[in-house]
Amino acid sequence: MNRLLIILGAVFTIGLAAAAQSPSKPLDSGRDKPFGFGTPATPEQIAALDIDVRPDGTGLPTGSGTARDGAAVYAQKCAACHGANGEGGMADVLVGAEPKGFAPFGPEYERWRASRPDVPFTIGNYWPYATTLFDYIRRAMPATAPGSLTADETYALVAWLLTKNEIVAETDMMNRETLPRVRMPARARFVPDNRRGGPEVK
Amino acid sequence: MATKNRQTHGVTRRTALTTLGAAAALTLTPDLVSAQDAAPVDTTKRWGRLPNTLGARSPAENPRRLPIPTSSRTPLQDLHGTITPSDLHYERHHGGVAVVDPRAYRLTVHGMVDRPLIFTLQDLKRFPATSRTCFLECAGNYNGQREELTPQEICGLTSQSEWTGVMLSTVFKEVGAQPRATWFLAEGQDAAVMTRSIPLKDAIGEAMLAYAQNGEALRPEQGYPVRLLLPGWEGNASVKWLRRIELSDQPFMTREETSKYTDPLADGTAREFSLVIDARSVITSPCYPQTIQKGFVELRGIAWSGRGVIRRVEISTDAGKTWKPATLQQPVLPKAVTCFRYAWEWDGRPTEIVSRAVDETGYTQPEMSAIQKVRGRRTRYHLNPVTGWTIAADGSVRFALQRVRA
Repeated sequence: MNRLLIILGAVFTIGLAAAAQSPSKPLDSGRDKPFGFGTPATPEQIAALDIDVRPDGTGLPTGSGTARDGAAVYAQKCAACHGANGEGGMADVLVGAEPKGFAPFGPEYERWRASRPDVPFTIGNYWPYATTLFDYIRRAMPATAPGSLTADETYALVAWLLTKNEIVAETDMMNRETLPRVRMPARARFVPDNRRGGPEVK
Repeated sequence: MATKNRQTHGVTRRTALTTLGAAAALTLTPDLVSAQDAAPVDTTKRWGRLPNTLGARSPAENPRRLPIPTSSRTPLQDLHGTITPSDLHYERHHGGVAVVDPRAYRLTVHGMVDRPLIFTLQDLKRFPATSRTCFLECAGNYNGQREELTPQEICGLTSQSEWTGVMLSTVFKEVGAQPRATWFLAEGQDAAVMTRSIPLKDAIGEAMLAYAQNGEALRPEQGYPVRLLLPGWEGNASVKWLRRIELSDQPFMTREETSKYTDPLADGTAREFSLVIDARSVITSPCYPQTIQKGFVELRGIAWSGRGVIRRVEISTDAGKTWKPATLQQPVLPKAVTCFRYAWEWDGRPTEIVSRAVDETGYTQPEMSAIQKVRGRRTRYHLNPVTGWTIAADGSVRFALQRVRA
């Protein structure tokens, strides 16, 4: 009897362990009706938090700026970390239009580079979307006072960075209509992840 | 004191405890507190410290993270087993550690949902809970520039915990996630207001909103009070100090998923949303800066894969000419650290010891040369090359630099 109980117990335990370790099955509650937890979020509450900007321009606020406006903001709030002309310092390099027509990696680049030093990854040669600049600067910059820039200041900085990277002209106005239309040089370089496991190194 | 203890046999338990407690309070405690760091005494001749409210490591043990301004690394060579003590879990922050008041904490879930909702911490804890042991690893967890490197310096941006929280699928049901929603944005409330776009279908089976780690509330540096947890994926996607989730039918293309954490490839394209951590292993003992002795040496290390379980770990003690299987410590869990061990007899001749992991998909941890052949010279993230240690004739151990030089 004791032996039978032990065997049954062992089988039960192994069964439980196998169920618990199955990673592929969703471990959700299996309950179909709502629990009723949480409180409804009003449009105002959502708007107060929702600062993201998408590649199609959704989320961009009103406001505008040109590179000329941006130069002063940059000098005052960004240059200390990113260098006077975006050449980098204690923070990332931002400006660099080389190599023209291709990315700073791959076969074309390796041929181009044969006679010169490597160039850094920059907004001009690597960032695929101009809207990302607005989204990131508004939420996280400057590092000493994140989230402190106005919409106009942010548009102006984006315009300055795009001009320095030779993507838009110095007089081009950046706003919620024009920014999503800016085509970044590296845009076509990006491809989905094709790794799926298995023996091939990717 | 020992004599007094024996005399308590004849009295009631309460009297004995009271007597003991009083004696301890009056005479023992100050002595023992000050004695803790003193020269060794005969521990059988003197009472030790009495129980207290919070434990601490032996003063003789001093494992430490290795910090720089943006990250700190787990001392892999100082650990045993699979769980990283919470205070040694690696850190990678983009705006420092946010200090969030749990009473003021709110998570807003909105976008393509039928019922946009705001949850308090208490709300999230009311949902059915689940626990999951898995590793977390930074996408940029490789450093191999010189011979004098420890496992902590080479790949210490990986750690493992048992996480507890609510399945994201449970919360998505609660808000009525719409079928058109294919992505969601996870946003933190740190100074970077960190954001990542997550492909919903790939994540929803295992994603959690975690509020506990190794049996207690999350550490502040791990996203207290609530973080997203995506088992097997690059750590940056498991957004900490989570304040907002927005469901959408497209990715948001934030900075960390475009200009960072993408993989330039040799053919001139760049891979985006390369979220899964491929299989990897490292020998954590022996390692630099140890010196080994001739005779028996147990090789010990850890292996992990973001695609499931570790199927085997292969060891070479002749610089990669021949390979033999290591013993895997059970249980081997999916997307979790697996300890391996290998009994070796060192004959005193210089050599190189190497490990490589194979996961359940048949993927074999590649050599750096194979990675660079596909990804090119300028690839920066998701590097998981086979690594080893050279053993010199005098037994000194150094990082095998030639193996990772393309």
